[in-house]
Amino acid sequence: MEFLKEIEEILNRYPDRQGALLPSLYVAQKEYGWLSQESYEAVAQALNLPPATVKGVATFYAMYKHKPMGRHLIQLCTNVACMVMGAERLVDLLKNKYGLEPGGTTEDGRFSLVIMECIGACDKAPAMLVDTDFHADLNEKRIIEILESYK
Amino acid sequence: MEKVLLKNIDNPDSARIEAYEKSGGYSGLKKAFEMEPKAIIEEVKRSGLRGRGGAGFPTGMKWDFASRDPKFPKYLLCNADEGEPGTFKDRPLLEKRPHLLIEGMIISAYALKAEYGYIYLRGEYPHAKVVLEEAIKEAYERGYLGDNILGKGVKFHLSVHQGAGAYICGEETALIESIEGKRGQPRIKPPFPVNVGAWGMPTVVNNVETLSNIPYIIEIGGEAYSQIGNPECPGPKLFSISCCVEKPGVYELPMGTPLKEIIYEHAGGIKGGRQLKAVIPGGISTPVLTPDKIDCPMDFVNLPKVGSMLGSGAIMVFDDTVCMVKVCWRAIKFFEHESCGKCTPCREGTGWMRSILERIEGGFGREGDIELLQDVAMSIAGKTFCPLGDGAANVVLSFIRSFTEEFDYHIKNKKCITQ
Repeated sequence: MEFLKEIEEILNRYPDRQGALLPSLYVAQKEYGWLSQESYEAVAQALNLPPATVKGVATFYAMYKHKPMGRHLIQLCTNVACMVMGAERLVDLLKNKYGLEPGGTTEDGRFSLVIMECIGACDKAPAMLVDTDFHADLNEKRIIEILESYK
Repeated sequence: MEKVLLKNIDNPDSARIEAYEKSGGYSGLKKAFEMEPKAIIEEVKRSGLRGRGGAGFPTGMKWDFASRDPKFPKYLLCNADEGEPGTFKDRPLLEKRPHLLIEGMIISAYALKAEYGYIYLRGEYPHAKVVLEEAIKEAYERGYLGDNILGKGVKFHLSVHQGAGAYICGEETALIESIEGKRGQPRIKPPFPVNVGAWGMPTVVNNVETLSNIPYIIEIGGEAYSQIGNPECPGPKLFSISCCVEKPGVYELPMGTPLKEIIYEHAGGIKGGRQLKAVIPGGISTPVLTPDKIDCPMDFVNLPKVGSMLGSGAIMVFDDTVCMVKVCWRAIKFFEHESCGKCTPCREGTGWMRSILERIEGGFGREGDIELLQDVAMSIAGKTFCPLGDGAANVVLSFIRSFTEEFDYHIKNKKCITQ
């Protein structure tokens, strides 16, 4: 199974099995779509850890998918620099145009939105990640143009 | 000043090993391997290099502590969890100069006799992950990493450890917990990581920019390096500047360059020719400054004299249209979200401060709210394991101190002074 093979490779980089936990959670998320109970148990078994430990660690970190999400994940920054440069208007726009609330998913399952705490692009604020693509210097027109290319 | 850290940054192939070697890359490493590990540590001490992550601890001294500890294996961790709002200085190094960092890490590992290294990269930088992993692969192929580096019998293995969105993991003991696969909650110090760090072993945690200075120090010597910028804390420094300026971005300038020069000459002044109202000089955790303080040199020694800190050198500039209560509220909302929950004053206090600021900002402020905010802030400061709580308290106290009238106006008039 690809999942176990990937975890084995990760284990080579760490002196003990728990060291591999954070990267293994990324692998599990890819395999299961999000971090479900089933995925915790699979990671726990692969790393020989209690499932509660796996879940306890996973839920500490904001960037894992803790619930099922849409096909595309929008991670929009609203921290100070992005706020000053107009990010709040973009949050409102996503609400009005797609019915997308922070932490929510569109009805058609196309987009999920997560509000971020600084993605290190303050010179090109406001900025966002869509999946792993980085987009900056956003405004109301540009954000819609960009999002329309994600089907 | 000749660019050291951002050299060749405009070359589209700057991240590739061929381009890096062609511009003299990995020559510092070859020179370092002709030196004794102890001599490298001495050279770094002589350079006066201080950590670029925020605390400004002398790098050579940190290395000395770790190298004196007899336990093995030792670990070298690169802190690339650049999460301080306003900070994006390490990003060009990670995305465009990965081999400079890798070379710096190999030299450091050789000096420390560390055989394993990790780059703790924030989850918010997926592109940097791709670039770094490709660069590490190239370095292995060229024999710069592995069990017998350049046939000199030196062993060093390096990999990327991707974080998952927790600001607190930029704190070195939380970073270590996170690399060990745990919740990123800070440990109490002492013991310090140089003695009891990752997996209980001697561990050095250095920032990306700190490690990226090492090849140059070896190349020109500690003495020459110590003459760059302010001799009390020398070297080239990356400043990230954002918000209300004409040309936001990352600028490499000598340590000690005046804040005013960075804002008005390098970053092109205040956007739209508006009035300067406030500057946060070192990332969101550092106390805010009013315009009368901007003649201050940007370094570890001079900023404390005007009541702030260099932090990560992240300058956030606000003009007269920006509401200070709102900026303060958003900053505290960040700290509330990022508090790891271990220490009660920080976990509870940040939430209370956010809630009070929210009502002031929303036009529901009450008489006595300013004193209440100060009281909560003072109940956090100095009472937590790590500096996150202090940072949050600093923000509230410095914003109130510098902009009391604006807070007062908000409470009395139920609206913002800028409206």
